Amino acid sequence: MVGVLAPGAAAPDFTLRVTPDQYLSLRDLSGKPVVMTFYPADWSPVCGDQMALYNQVLPEFRKHEAELLGISVDGAWCHEAFAKDRHLHFPLLADFEPKGDVAKRYGAYRMGEGVCERALFVIDRKGVIFWSYLSPIAVNPGADGILDALEKLPAVVTS
Amino acid sequence: MSLLRIPVTPADHVDGPNDAPVTMVEYGDYECPFCGLAFPNVKLAQKRFGKKLRFVFRHFPLTEAHPFAETAAEAAEYAGAHDLFWEMHDGLYANQDQLGLTLILGLGRALGLSDLGLRDTIAQRRYAAKIQADFLGGVRSGVNGTPSFFINGEKHAGSYSYQELAAAIDAHLQAVPAR
Repeated sequence: MVGVLAPGAAAPDFTLRVTPDQYLSLRDLSGKPVVMTFYPADWSPVCGDQMALYNQVLPEFRKHEAELLGISVDGAWCHEAFAKDRHLHFPLLADFEPKGDVAKRYGAYRMGEGVCERALFVIDRKGVIFWSYLSPIAVNPGADGILDALEKLPAVVTS
Repeated sequence: MSLLRIPVTPADHVDGPNDAPVTMVEYGDYECPFCGLAFPNVKLAQKRFGKKLRFVFRHFPLTEAHPFAETAAEAAEYAGAHDLFWEMHDGLYANQDQLGLTLILGLGRALGLSDLGLRDTIAQRRYAAKIQADFLGGVRSGVNGTPSFFINGEKHAGSYSYQELAAAIDAHLQAVPAR
């Protein structure tokens, strides 16, 4: 089995639909740490829903100037309805066409099922993967690993 | 396995003796229906283990999903400032199907709390910093949803059914040398 991209690898750039009429590229966020969370599907049923948790932890991510991106193979309209229903305050990217293409490049695609893995990446300000984690698909990995990684990120070099 | 990173301190809401051999910490949300389902199971466990169990409750409100979770947590803290935390806590969970301002203010009155004081606390979010500190401490300990339990510092991997909670507490009791 091929694992998720490991620390030290350059984070593959991508351009994906973030709303039905807008696109977002990873390179647009250059200079900021980026937290990418691949997840299998919108509309997860429980209180412990991973996206609900990250939504709540968002102010902590922002303290590290980090941008949070959710990504799944759901389409932009589905994402829009999901984000509205759950009051999500961060972008959800649609890895929809070609389906799962970005997830595949991050080693975070489940071939048989056609969905993203539950995988986390912290990308540093220069676009290099600083930390990654592949969670068992049924387990919400929480946010402790992400916050630990953001704390360990080298501080911004000011000149 | 996740470990509890924030030790239990006098600032916590504690039910049971401080020298109990087993401490169970719950991270909960007053509006989370699963916490509501876990509530009677915790009570049963407290009844069964008596002085051998110290129970601690910390706030983990998912306020974006649950509009009354934070208000309820504020009310519990306000009651706690008057040594009535557990009375409010129990009232909130026992009546969770009616959770809202009417219930919260009604519980406050029934406990003899100042109506104005409770309203002001809610309006000013007087305990927001404490509630947020509970939440973040939980996040750093790997809490990924509610309810989450830590038994003697280890995240409880099983369900919150009475049987599984009691079995986990029992296992820790066996591991502690008798005194």
